[in-house]
Amino acid sequence: MTIKNLKDLRAGEIGKILQIDGGHGMVNRLAALDIRPGKKIKKINSSFMRGPVTIEVNRTHVAIGFGMANRILVEVEDKTP
Amino acid sequence: MKVLLMGNPNVGKSVVFSRLTGVRVITSNYPGTTVNYTRGYMKIGGEQAEVIDVPGTYTLEPTCEAEEVALRMLESGDIVINVVNATNLERNLYLTLQLLERKLPVIVALNMWDDTKHLGISLDVEKLSALLGVPVVPTVATTGEGIKKLVEHLSNAASPGMATRSRNERWAAVGNIIDQVQRVSHRHHTWRERLADATVRPFSGGIIALAVLASSFIIVRFIAESLIGYVFNPLFDNLWMPVLTWLSDILGGGGFLHDILIGKLIDGNIDFVHSFGLLSSGLYVPLAMVLPYIISFYIILGLLEDTGYLPRLAVLMDTIMHRVGLHGYAIIPTLLGFGCNVPAVMSTRILESKRERFIAATLISIAIPCAALQAMIFGLVGERGWQYVAIVYGTLFAVWIILGLILRRLVKGFTPELLIEIPPYRLPPWRATLQKLWMRTYGFLKEAVPIILGAIVVINILYSLGVFEAIANFTAPVVTGIFGLPREAVTAIIIGFLRKDVALGMLAPLALSNGQLVVGSVVLAMFFPCIATFVILLKELGVVNMLKSAGIMVASALIVGGLLNLVL
Repeated sequence: MTIKNLKDLRAGEIGKILQIDGGHGMVNRLAALDIRPGKKIKKINSSFMRGPVTIEVNRTHVAIGFGMANRILVEVEDKTP
Repeated sequence: MKVLLMGNPNVGKSVVFSRLTGVRVITSNYPGTTVNYTRGYMKIGGEQAEVIDVPGTYTLEPTCEAEEVALRMLESGDIVINVVNATNLERNLYLTLQLLERKLPVIVALNMWDDTKHLGISLDVEKLSALLGVPVVPTVATTGEGIKKLVEHLSNAASPGMATRSRNERWAAVGNIIDQVQRVSHRHHTWRERLADATVRPFSGGIIALAVLASSFIIVRFIAESLIGYVFNPLFDNLWMPVLTWLSDILGGGGFLHDILIGKLIDGNIDFVHSFGLLSSGLYVPLAMVLPYIISFYIILGLLEDTGYLPRLAVLMDTIMHRVGLHGYAIIPTLLGFGCNVPAVMSTRILESKRERFIAATLISIAIPCAALQAMIFGLVGERGWQYVAIVYGTLFAVWIILGLILRRLVKGFTPELLIEIPPYRLPPWRATLQKLWMRTYGFLKEAVPIILGAIVVINILYSLGVFEAIANFTAPVVTGIFGLPREAVTAIIIGFLRKDVALGMLAPLALSNGQLVVGSVVLAMFFPCIATFVILLKELGVVNMLKSAGIMVASALIVGGLLNLVL
């Protein structure tokens, strides 16, 4: 198990949201889109020049601003070599 | 009786609404198309019921103005049709459970039912209905499938009286329901999904975005110029000109009535652009110069909206938009502004903070020329050479950036981060796309043409009364001194408050130099919003912020117009 920032995940990597370090407002906005601790997500694209990160959650793509993505901790399963 | 259509953004509420009421509304493939409610009527068992299309919301704890509208509407409803995206039941059910905690009868429309099959999702509808305690009807609103059944079951809408839960309890309950009703089988990526991934990747996406925007611009111009050259100009030249020439002869080639109806003769002939009569320029400007651009712009915008490209563009633009104090989603109101600033300012409701709405609305009304004004810029400035059109657009773009940089520092508050759902790509539903084009074109004909005709009558009467002469003397220092335009140009700036296309048309007979025409176009675009935009700004921003916004407009128009005059 490796714990990473959502922004540091590589495209295609799958993980489980561990923790969201944000205020009430941010947690609420994310939760409304079903992005909350315990959810399995897949990173679709990496960000560029502090641009948004796109992830897949429940087969839906969601774009998350860079600052927010920086405050979402994800538990990534290590691939067995 | 009041029936509310509620659900998450971009699940097809507006399409269901159109199906139920026959009322046409604008629908698109991006979250936040509907920012205000629309009313319609339908018959339920012989009784007339009011149906309301409510803006989409993820939760009943609102995070933006459009969601607040939704919450306010909920207070007044008698029945809720909860439209749910069947391909993403898990997220959609959260709102459903919130609705069921209210003491309001609910029926669930399981929309986009057709998509579940090729996505490998199977849902047990009966079990879902039993667990929720309300009727659940699978629907495909775009084709009308299931709508009849939905109407039949409306009377069975129930209020199971669920106990109020905390957020975590609610999500747990959602998970529990999903486990019992949903099975997902594995499947391979489709080509649409591969394309979807490519268009949000920064590098390939950036190149695709540039290509999409550039080709949109070229296609809009191509369609519009073809319509003008092959349809509208021949009609006006061959059919309407003989009628006007005949009428002009009857009226004796001059005089008060002639000036109002036909306008001034240019070298003894009627000129559709320069004569400025009710029946000459009054019809030619809106129908043969502006309408073709309205049609072609909305064809392309409709396609961009309905395929689902716009949210991707928002993701790519996010970094740039943050520099002007906005986030990527503000690109959608901005693009709408290139058609008409009125719906553009309205749609700033999808932005989360007051600060963003103020910045977005101000930038749109200053630096985004509407399709009508752009048509006139192409027509009149384009005649002098395309480099001048480029200067007009380049200046407005520079103003957008610089003013944005300044506003970002001056306006208090913070810019929330981008957080949007990106819908899958879809082929445009052709009927709906064409219907939307017709609604927007008809909207222009109905709302703009009478104002244009009225403006031309008023202009001609004020001219003959000498009113403009008095104003021109009074404002000469600004118009001549700062902008370097002839005194008479002030009339155009004043008329710009009514319609910017007519205003730019008024500059045509003044024999301006190329530089003066560029200054005139930029000043007209920036100086003040047209009356329709003014009213909507007042409504959306409030009096104080509207005055601030207007102050910024006047100040920046003076500065930019003055600078351009010095440079050109």
